Amino acid sequence: MTELSNLCLLLVILVNFFALGSSRLGACIHAVALQGAVLALLPLATHGLSVHTLLLAAGALALKGILIPWLLLRAIREVRIRREMEPLIGFVPTLLLGALATAGAFIFADLLPLIDAHQGGLFIPTSLATLFAGFLLLISRRKAITQVVGYLILENGIFIFGILLAEAMPLMVEAGVLLDLLVAVFVMGIVLDQINREFSTLDTEQLSALKE
Amino acid sequence: MIWFVAGMLLTALSGVPGLFADRFGRGGERLACLLVLAGTASATGGVIAALASGAPALLTRPWSVPGGELALRLDPLAALFILPLCLVVGGGAVYGLGYWPQRDHPGNGRRFRLFYGLLGAAMMLVLAADNSLLFLFSWEVMAVAAFFLVTTEQERAEARRAGFIYLVTAHAGALALFAMFALLAQETGSLHFPAAASLAGGSATLLFLLGLFGFGFKAGLMPLHIWLPIAHAAAPSHASALLSGIVLKTGIYGLLRLTSFFAVIPAWWGWTVLLLGVVSGVFGVALALAQHDLKRLLAYHSVENIGIITIGIGLALLGRSFGMSELTLLGMSGALLHVVNHGLFKSLLFFSAGSVVHATGSREIDHYGGLLRQQPWTAVCFLGGAVAICGLPPFNGFVSEWLIYLAAFGASRGEGLSLRLAVLAAPALALIGGLAVACFVKVFGVTFLGAPRSAAAAAVHHDAAPSMRGPMLTLLLACAWIGLLPGTLAPLLQSAVATWVMPAKAVSLAAPLAPLPLVGATGWVLLIYLAGLGWWLHRRTRQAPRDVSTWGCGYVAPTPRMQYTASSFADSLVSQFRFGLWTERHGGKVKGLFPATGEFASHTPDAVLDRALLPGFRRLARGCSWLRARVQNGRVPTYLLYVALTLLILLIVTAR
Repeated sequence: MTELSNLCLLLVILVNFFALGSSRLGACIHAVALQGAVLALLPLATHGLSVHTLLLAAGALALKGILIPWLLLRAIREVRIRREMEPLIGFVPTLLLGALATAGAFIFADLLPLIDAHQGGLFIPTSLATLFAGFLLLISRRKAITQVVGYLILENGIFIFGILLAEAMPLMVEAGVLLDLLVAVFVMGIVLDQINREFSTLDTEQLSALKE
Repeated sequence: MIWFVAGMLLTALSGVPGLFADRFGRGGERLACLLVLAGTASATGGVIAALASGAPALLTRPWSVPGGELALRLDPLAALFILPLCLVVGGGAVYGLGYWPQRDHPGNGRRFRLFYGLLGAAMMLVLAADNSLLFLFSWEVMAVAAFFLVTTEQERAEARRAGFIYLVTAHAGALALFAMFALLAQETGSLHFPAAASLAGGSATLLFLLGLFGFGFKAGLMPLHIWLPIAHAAAPSHASALLSGIVLKTGIYGLLRLTSFFAVIPAWWGWTVLLLGVVSGVFGVALALAQHDLKRLLAYHSVENIGIITIGIGLALLGRSFGMSELTLLGMSGALLHVVNHGLFKSLLFFSAGSVVHATGSREIDHYGGLLRQQPWTAVCFLGGAVAICGLPPFNGFVSEWLIYLAAFGASRGEGLSLRLAVLAAPALALIGGLAVACFVKVFGVTFLGAPRSAAAAAVHHDAAPSMRGPMLTLLLACAWIGLLPGTLAPLLQSAVATWVMPAKAVSLAAPLAPLPLVGATGWVLLIYLAGLGWWLHRRTRQAPRDVSTWGCGYVAPTPRMQYTASSFADSLVSQFRFGLWTERHGGKVKGLFPATGEFASHTPDAVLDRALLPGFRRLARGCSWLRARVQNGRVPTYLLYVALTLLILLIVTAR
């Protein structure tokens, strides 16, 4: 089973890089949907088949893999945006930073005070790398849609961390995380709509026009 | 001791009954003056009784503050500071009756007298305290009371600014003292002052540096003198006299008390103090020379005199590190005597300057002129004070500076080249003395001689009131007494130095002070010579007409505006110090054959406060607000970056 989970985690990291390096919004959203679907496999691969893990996997697949990407795809169709133009940090530098963050996460995971069962596995470094990739997307992009994608990737990183604790963590907490995510996406959707209506653009740079 | 405590309480509470007195009546101020006089007299009696008994008087009572103890100690070192304090505080109270009467100042007179008494008593407590907490407590009371004296005329922006800067510096210094006493308590294990020469090693260097900073702020050593000129100028004259004559000396006292604790004094302490003294002395007097404001000028002379005192202390410290008891005795007794002397003559100068300011309503020297005829008493008192501060016989300044000169020359007999370099303090002292003479020639000449330069000066028709004249004459007499009979103070000086060094070594210290009566005799000879000369001149010029103006080089229509002004007189000397003063000059350029009406003005701001500190802090504030605008820039991605960085740092902190 470890091989399967390692394969999934490697796939997650590859999707991170794809999201960091791609300028097409549609491709980004599809990649995140793929990442969500792969993540839905992870609880089954690590903890075996049980009601708890099945529920977790189904929830993750439904939300991360289908519902939220579908909402986002609908949003970009409505506002007619295809590409992320002029990011704050260019695509190649973002990729390089992402590579650095991933390498750093692998080095860093060895230094963390973990219990022996989690020591040396791919879970912790992947979780950290995904977290930082999400942050990088949030920091470096202008379009609100890409920032939502960054937020989703960030949340995926936390989810990977959460899987390690799936045995110890009650279902309620997992559900809380997913609900949190859903609410955040809805709020962002409303904000997107408002930005679009007020400024006829989804560029968040306009948001700082009101600062002192 | 009981008399001293009673006197202290009387002085502290002297302003309280006045608070309930009539707003315009004279009763409150008279009662306050009487209480201060009774208090200072009683305290003087207590100190003299303690001195006569031979051993230091002690008083210890429990105090509910943890670690604190109401421990008082009157030894000769403290007595030398307390005696002039009593004289100046008492004299200032009488002076205030004429200078700051309640009917002229109904708004702030009562507040002024309340804090005046409190300041006097707080200083007595500072000088007598034998416990760190008690010392710090009275130090703070002193600082706050002095703040209220500086801001007496709080409706004027100048006084508020002076008070603000004074408060900032006082508390910066107090902060260093808190650290120092905490360290001292750690070293000795109790908050009680340790015995003389009982501390060895440990954190001595840190203690010394903290003490030098904290006490130097109060004393007004050169880079730390920033509060002095503005505070002395803003306060009423008798408060300035108290600030300059006595409050500064508490800083010197603290430094002396601190250095007396150590058994071993490293040589670099002496060198540091000596160098600071030379810098304060030379630049203090150079800045004084460049001033046009009478009280600001006197304030810079305080910096200069603190420099002279510090030179003496530096020489004494060197004497202790090199084991030369003669150097120690001469340097320290010169410094201590100069502490007393400066307290006397600087108060005298501020009192007489106050009399001039009171009569003309201005502090600008260039608004005076020809006041000798209208204010002969004030002029004589000012002249006496000026002669004393310049270090000329027959007044007291000469005696103390002579002792410091002897100490500087004594250093040349030391072993090793390094100690002999201390001889260079003598030419520095000579430079300071020469510049001081030039400065007071300028002040006295422009103020009292010549013709009136302004309508206000021409309108002066009364001399100082008797209540102002009395304290001035008393101080003048005290100056003359020390100048003419210095031998009477020798035993007190010796025992004070012995308290500072170590009681056991007192025996070997008697010889160097032996020629003091001779110095007094020189003063007498000079006095008799001057009296004879004056009598002869008076006889020669008896027939000469009195009301003739100075010869105007044949010019037909001279006006008072053609006289030397304060800045033109001092310019040739001030321009020599351009590297340290940076005097600002405006106008004064003459163009063409028939120039139009021109103007010239020069202005010398304080080298440290106005040139370095204020612009520096302004730049710092601008830099901080620039940084804040960069950090808090209103872009969402930047804030997310902060979140990511925080997470990263937290992860790194928790890593093994």
